[in-house]
Amino acid sequence: MNILVCIKQVPDTTEIKINPETNTLIRQGVPSIVNPFDTYALEMAARLKDAAGGEITVITMGPEQAANALRECLAAGADKAYLVNDAAFAGSDTLATSKILAKVCEKTGPFDIIFCGKQAIDGDTGQVGPELAEYLDMAQITNISELELSGAGIKGKKEFGDGYEVVEARLPAVVTVTKTLYEPRYPTIKSKMAARRAQIDKITFADLELEADSIGLKGSPTRVKKTFVPQAKGNGVIIQNEPADTAARKLVALLGENKLV
Amino acid sequence: MGQLSDYKNIWVFIELDNGTPKSVGLELVAAGKELASETKEQVVAVVIGSRAEEAAQIAIEHGADSAVIVDSAEYASYSTDAYTNAMTQLVDKYQPSVILIGATTNGRDLGPRLACRLQTGLTADCIALAMDGETGNLEWTRPAFSGNLMATIVCERTRPQIGTIRPGVFKKNLPEQGRTGRVVVETISTPSEKIRTKIIEFVKNAEDGGIQLKDADIIVSGGRGLGSAENFSYIRNLAAVLGAAVGASRATVDAGWIPYSHQVGQTGKTVRPKVYIACGISGAIQHRAGMSDADTIIAINKDPDAPVFSIADYGIVGDLFEILPVLTEEFSRLKRE
Repeated sequence: MNILVCIKQVPDTTEIKINPETNTLIRQGVPSIVNPFDTYALEMAARLKDAAGGEITVITMGPEQAANALRECLAAGADKAYLVNDAAFAGSDTLATSKILAKVCEKTGPFDIIFCGKQAIDGDTGQVGPELAEYLDMAQITNISELELSGAGIKGKKEFGDGYEVVEARLPAVVTVTKTLYEPRYPTIKSKMAARRAQIDKITFADLELEADSIGLKGSPTRVKKTFVPQAKGNGVIIQNEPADTAARKLVALLGENKLV
Repeated sequence: MGQLSDYKNIWVFIELDNGTPKSVGLELVAAGKELASETKEQVVAVVIGSRAEEAAQIAIEHGADSAVIVDSAEYASYSTDAYTNAMTQLVDKYQPSVILIGATTNGRDLGPRLACRLQTGLTADCIALAMDGETGNLEWTRPAFSGNLMATIVCERTRPQIGTIRPGVFKKNLPEQGRTGRVVVETISTPSEKIRTKIIEFVKNAEDGGIQLKDADIIVSGGRGLGSAENFSYIRNLAAVLGAAVGASRATVDAGWIPYSHQVGQTGKTVRPKVYIACGISGAIQHRAGMSDADTIIAINKDPDAPVFSIADYGIVGDLFEILPVLTEEFSRLKRE
């Protein structure tokens, strides 16, 4: 089984602060992590490999420092890694990104299964997985929390708000992964040391047969027109320094006055 | 692709749940009407699946000007391959300028697959829409960075412009009985060998008989401050009196106090109730990502510096074990009266 896991290095959104003067995100000093959903995807891939054998390749498109994220994955189950990096890729939206990744897959694959996190916690779009599946003409199943091999190919649990669907897909397939019931495995000291020494090959624009205007800003149908920080409420009515029963009755009265409950 | 101006009208994808339109589709019909009034265009409901004609009529009663339907056996349940094929053929034939899709599990499966096949732009999980009447460019606004940042996205060079929109953002119109509109029936076949996935079964979550988070007008949520699984009874009691659903922070789910189906937040559910009562929840950004869109937020926490108070409309700084029983009793008294 030849398995690919696509990952993204993201800022730890729990550490993001807002600059109150400029009302913009402060990204400096924010630690980078592997997108949590991608770590679930890697663990799902590693369990599939444990069960069926094979090899796990992990790729990411990003700056040089994203190699650190790849090393974390090498320490936690991946066998080899590629960093997709070129100034020509900058400004790519999801459609252009998935086009680049599809070319990378053609070059490094073919793969039986491609895993992606269901979305990255910075962009939150959840689009690259299905768009990659389309470029590669593969089946797709999304929002999957459990996966196993089955007669037809693979069988997974697709999560909905009120339950789950058991869905089968033929291979090759793209699987996007939501939170799993299990936690990703911890790296061992040995796997960490091996990951530190591992070779990570870089894939650049010159390695891929891509038209320059089909990627980057030129190749992106969408454009970010503006960004802004949502208005914090910050003017709530907070009852403090009152005995519990007085406070609770006050709250009930306030809610009643405003016809909220 | 021809000229951008060849693309006209606003399409709303009406997702079906056992033949009945999901609420979000009807909400988007109302949103589409607003946008269409800027460009003097029509709102067209697109229904794929069984009992599509009935669903189309419901969409028309909720304000759609007309409908296009596809109803044959291969569309009885959702599949990426069949639905993408049908939508692509419909788009090629009718050339809509905009397609609005509910940001449901299947909507977010279909949207990117379709956008890629059509080689156009998609904006996911939007919470506000604005139409530039002159250019016909839609401005799609969506949260990013777990709700820390809002981004407005445009798709100016390609058509159709596609977006998925969160359920509950727009209010659907009241149905107008007997309202009529043209329903065009299209026959599109997708050969079974082209459909590469198959649904084996749907398993409903084992619920403790309570109200589902996604349906709830009121949610009472518990966090680490509860201290134990048993203490979720404080939450359940209040929820029962209010007719509310029970939510939970990630910490409580990770601790095994309550099943994952109750988890609200970044790796759980995104909810948008009228009232959200957060008890013993500090309000870390991962949690806020799932509930900050509630109309009214009420926080109860003993730590006055808990971040949850910064987004709360009402709050009590105090011990939830003392406060919640009084709240439960008071609401229960009000209900009796």
